[in-house]
Amino acid sequence: MNTLALVGNPNSGKTTVFNALTGSNQHVGNWPGVTVEKKEGKFKFNGKTYNVVDLPGTYSLGAFSEDEIVARDFILKGNPDVVINVVDATNIERNLYLTTQLLEMKAKVVVALNMIDEAQERNINFDIEALSKELGVPIVPTIASKRKGIDELIKMSIELIDKDIKPNVKISYGEDIDREIKNLERLLNNKNFEYPSQWIAIKLLEGDKYIYELLSNDESLNSSTEFKDTIDRIKDNIDDYELKIVDKRYEFVNNVVKKAVKRPKEDVETKTDKIDKIVTNKWLGIPIFALIMLLVFQLTFAVGEDLLGGLMSEAMGALGEIIKNSLVKTNSPKWLVSFVSEGIIGGVGAVLEFIPLIVVLYMLMGILEDSGYMARAAYVMDNIMRALGLQGKTFISMIVGFGCNVPGIMATRTLDSKKDRMIATLINPFMSCGARIPVYLVFIAAFFPDKGGLVLFLLYFLGILVALLMGKIFSKTLFKGETSYFIMELPPYRLPSFRNVLRNMWDNVSGFLKRAGTTIFAVVTILWILAVLPLGVEPYSKNSILGQIGTFIAPIFKPAGFGTWQAAVGLFAGLAAKEAVIATLGMVYTGVGEGAALISAVQNAFTPLSAISFMVMTLLYTPCAATIATIRKETNSSKWALFAALYTFLVGWIGAVLVYQIGTLLGFS
Amino acid sequence: MKTKALTHLKPGDRGVIKEIVAGNCATKRLYEMGLNTGTEVKVVKNDTGPVIVSLFGNKIAVGRGLAEKIMIAI
Repeated sequence: MNTLALVGNPNSGKTTVFNALTGSNQHVGNWPGVTVEKKEGKFKFNGKTYNVVDLPGTYSLGAFSEDEIVARDFILKGNPDVVINVVDATNIERNLYLTTQLLEMKAKVVVALNMIDEAQERNINFDIEALSKELGVPIVPTIASKRKGIDELIKMSIELIDKDIKPNVKISYGEDIDREIKNLERLLNNKNFEYPSQWIAIKLLEGDKYIYELLSNDESLNSSTEFKDTIDRIKDNIDDYELKIVDKRYEFVNNVVKKAVKRPKEDVETKTDKIDKIVTNKWLGIPIFALIMLLVFQLTFAVGEDLLGGLMSEAMGALGEIIKNSLVKTNSPKWLVSFVSEGIIGGVGAVLEFIPLIVVLYMLMGILEDSGYMARAAYVMDNIMRALGLQGKTFISMIVGFGCNVPGIMATRTLDSKKDRMIATLINPFMSCGARIPVYLVFIAAFFPDKGGLVLFLLYFLGILVALLMGKIFSKTLFKGETSYFIMELPPYRLPSFRNVLRNMWDNVSGFLKRAGTTIFAVVTILWILAVLPLGVEPYSKNSILGQIGTFIAPIFKPAGFGTWQAAVGLFAGLAAKEAVIATLGMVYTGVGEGAALISAVQNAFTPLSAISFMVMTLLYTPCAATIATIRKETNSSKWALFAALYTFLVGWIGAVLVYQIGTLLGFS
Repeated sequence: MKTKALTHLKPGDRGVIKEIVAGNCATKRLYEMGLNTGTEVKVVKNDTGPVIVSLFGNKIAVGRGLAEKIMIAI
């Protein structure tokens, strides 16, 4: 099967092009060895199926971040038949900068000149023929959000697969550098590297650490004095060369733009400018951001819980009854009835009930992201973050963590300095992920039914506060040194694409469903076994193995107000996945545990105050196993993963105890 | 021609990037984001937070620390 790879800047509409190409036929995974997201999809054209790989959005193809390495390695080693380069027509210079690097790689490129409608609105006009001639690659104007030009893009790409042409545009880097490139190329030519020699030569002159490391393992090269001398000579001038190469690429781009693009001298004030005047305002910026987040949670609650949640709950309850009755009717063994009705329906069902709410939350977050507002949130937060020794971009990884901590931690890869990244990774677990919502919801329904949105907002806010506080402590203690620089694009506001928002929501929700079917199911099965053993014991009683484990752990939660074995077992199960907390409570409190039965059981077992301290504990304590595994992978250290698991537990415990003790002192119960 | 640090420009001011006196890594990043020497920028916002500049209508926010190191010819 032929493979097309999609490359482009962040915000160039690459994802929209990918969605337009593949429709619903796509899946998300990880690149082998790294946690960078790998999106793949397929489409059919003239009876043949084609594979599309969506590479991470990058500004360059150096070794600046894992994203860039993944992207360039796939282009050079993954042998895509054609590389589709999505170029934002409103931002042509910087986007073509990436294109020049594809030309250096001698990749077979088709340029999708995207958002051509927005460019026209801003009076930017293209001479497509001239542009194509100057770059030496075919160009297809597209408006991916309206699916315009996509068929043409497909046709052009497929035509190119069988053509034996490669870009032959030459970029000159100035006499000195050109000479060194030729020289290096000659020395590298008979060696067998996976990359083209000319490209390696350019990367050596750019001071690419990754390539230096690759070459340092080659004995025959390192035994050549000529090669060594060349490298030494280059290293003397490397700072100069590095920037000069970037400069020369831009010089090439500027020449192309001069010949093929016409635009007005003065840019007109756009809607984006008008909105930005308000939302990035010195005084209004942060209050507006807080208001938007509050609105998101209120809306999530109103639509996801009040409107749809009840229906889902009733449906689950009815389904449970039907399954149980049919099992009883067919004279199934008693243990099976118990396992299915109490274990599976009680446990997994308790989690599934919250699907509507999670769907709504992910859609709203997707809308915020797709509209371009997220970058403004990072902007307005930069001041506060800086005062804490962090930076604005860290805040984006935190917001992503609201969905799930795993992508949240992966989003720290956009941070340039190691210090920023470590801190952002370690504080991300405090961001309340979607899986924790079911826990809050049961407790809210039990004790604060009228103030759902507010309680949710306050919990999320507390999470942010604790994360920032810990960030401050870390930057003062464990990771001293300078905060890194802040450079961020503020993309124009766009009407969120319904397809993108839906897609993004489904990627997240399907993960949630998958976990319900795998991790949660496994946890529930193990817990059920522990709850009915040893044989002859009353199931779900204090004397079962589960009860004994809980009884053993429970005393440490006594100062927090929930020192019961049931609560302890719930938190214990939550180490596997946060939804398991509620699944477990569902099992141990009621046996058949969703909906009203669970809520009234919780009302009996907790007080309003201990409910709050339990929610605080759930919010802050050790994240799920998947998050810990991601921390291990991203920091490349088991030590840090263990540290994260332990310190978050301590923070959670202290938080819960403080809430309960102070609350008691103030006379609450 | 006078040169001033980006942080000393007012909203609405235009100028050409003359020099970036930051470390190589930060400079390269600025270049790659489109802020290379010879580019004309317009200051959109410069008060307390990062400075926002416009490159042909595309906005980039630059932290104040780094913006101090971008020298603009007006």
